[in-house]
Amino acid sequence: MQTVIDGTIEGLRLLFTGNQELWSIIFLSARVSGLALLISAVISIPLGSLLGLVYFRGKGIVQALVYTGMGLPPVVAGLAVYLLLSRKGILGPLNWPWVPELFTVEAMILAQVIIASPVVIGYTMAAVADVSQDLRVQLQSLGATRVQVTLAVLREARLGVIVALVGGFGSIISEVGAVTLVGGNIAGSTRVLTGAILLETREGNFDRAIGLGLVLLLLAFVINVGATRLQGKGR
Amino acid sequence: MDILFELDEVKKAYAGRVVLNVNNLQLRRGEILGIVGPSGAGKSTLLRLLNFLEYPDQGTLRYRGQVVTPRLPLDLRREVTTVFQRPALLNASVEENVTYGLGLRGKRDSRADVSAAIQRMGLEELRHAAARTLSGGEAQRVALARAMVIHPQVLLLDEPTANLDPYNVSLIEGAVREINQREGATVILVTHNVFQARRLAKRVALLLNGQIIELAPTRDFFEAPCDERTRAFVNGEMIY
Repeated sequence: MQTVIDGTIEGLRLLFTGNQELWSIIFLSARVSGLALLISAVISIPLGSLLGLVYFRGKGIVQALVYTGMGLPPVVAGLAVYLLLSRKGILGPLNWPWVPELFTVEAMILAQVIIASPVVIGYTMAAVADVSQDLRVQLQSLGATRVQVTLAVLREARLGVIVALVGGFGSIISEVGAVTLVGGNIAGSTRVLTGAILLETREGNFDRAIGLGLVLLLLAFVINVGATRLQGKGR
Repeated sequence: MDILFELDEVKKAYAGRVVLNVNNLQLRRGEILGIVGPSGAGKSTLLRLLNFLEYPDQGTLRYRGQVVTPRLPLDLRREVTTVFQRPALLNASVEENVTYGLGLRGKRDSRADVSAAIQRMGLEELRHAAARTLSGGEAQRVALARAMVIHPQVLLLDEPTANLDPYNVSLIEGAVREINQREGATVILVTHNVFQARRLAKRVALLLNGQIIELAPTRDFFEAPCDERTRAFVNGEMIY
């Protein structure tokens, strides 16, 4: 119990005394997961909308794949990216300038995009499909083009889309398997909050691990409060 | 006589069942045409075809002389709109709902039209209210105001006053008359309510099992119908 209390006090001290290493880890975590979410949103919101709005042959299978992806273990996504980018992998040997190297921030972002995308697609799809078919027909009747109907439906489904983004962010900010595998957890370079917690715990530095854990919780809390406020405005 | 819509041997089927089979029908510019018939007669399907929401499986539908296909130009499509039985409103304020169609046309600044429509439908006090808080009658008035502001050439009404109280019915019927008389809009009114068809329409058609049984000036339709089925329907006898 004393360990927990000491750890919490030390964690708070680290947080509020401007420990540079801690803050660089926080900023890197926010940057990696923030950019991964942004890229994922650009890809996944249109895809989720399409799946929610359009019927096509094989849609059920695509939906099942998306739902499977929502439960994708991060470490498996990390393994896939590792095999993709490794020197002995699929893209690694090609030396294409736009293919990120392993143990870089870009590789971590790619892994997190793969983890977040099915979550954003799945929740967006459900939110869009939930908008009444009558409303879509009504908008068409008022002269809306297909794109205008889609935009209006997305606006109607905005609460669900916010939930999709929050869910996507939650799935990547808290994951450790993929970022550690493809980022290498290198101090000052690719170490993010979850990787740092893992390391500090292994080394018995529970105070730092608890401090980092508190930061992670605080970050998630701030994001969720923001999302809840947005949801309130959307009602 | 200026013909807006012309249906020639038009058939529409769902899952192999023919729900609309119209040999020939011409809808005139500026008229109010009432379409009556029992449930499942094909009335709503006809309106969906006239609003270009669906297309005939067979036959030809023409609007202003142009054959209606999915490639019908957007400006022609936007001349026609429908007010449905169940008003589907955006999760936004009354004013935003009324403005929606104008926004689609890049005319969001037509404030005078919006205010006039809101006032005409008795919605001034609800202007900033959330649409989800409205009663059925209020929501239907918003739906009609939303249609009014875009000044449609053709206004299609699908049971617009079903389940509404007399105050809302009277308000909506008055507005429909006004849209027809002042703006010259053609109105196609689908209704179960033969009394409403008699009050509003200049011509009335009976649709039964997807077919037009009789189409006549309102007075003739109600007082001297040619077809026995029309007489039975007008007299409130069941026909299925």
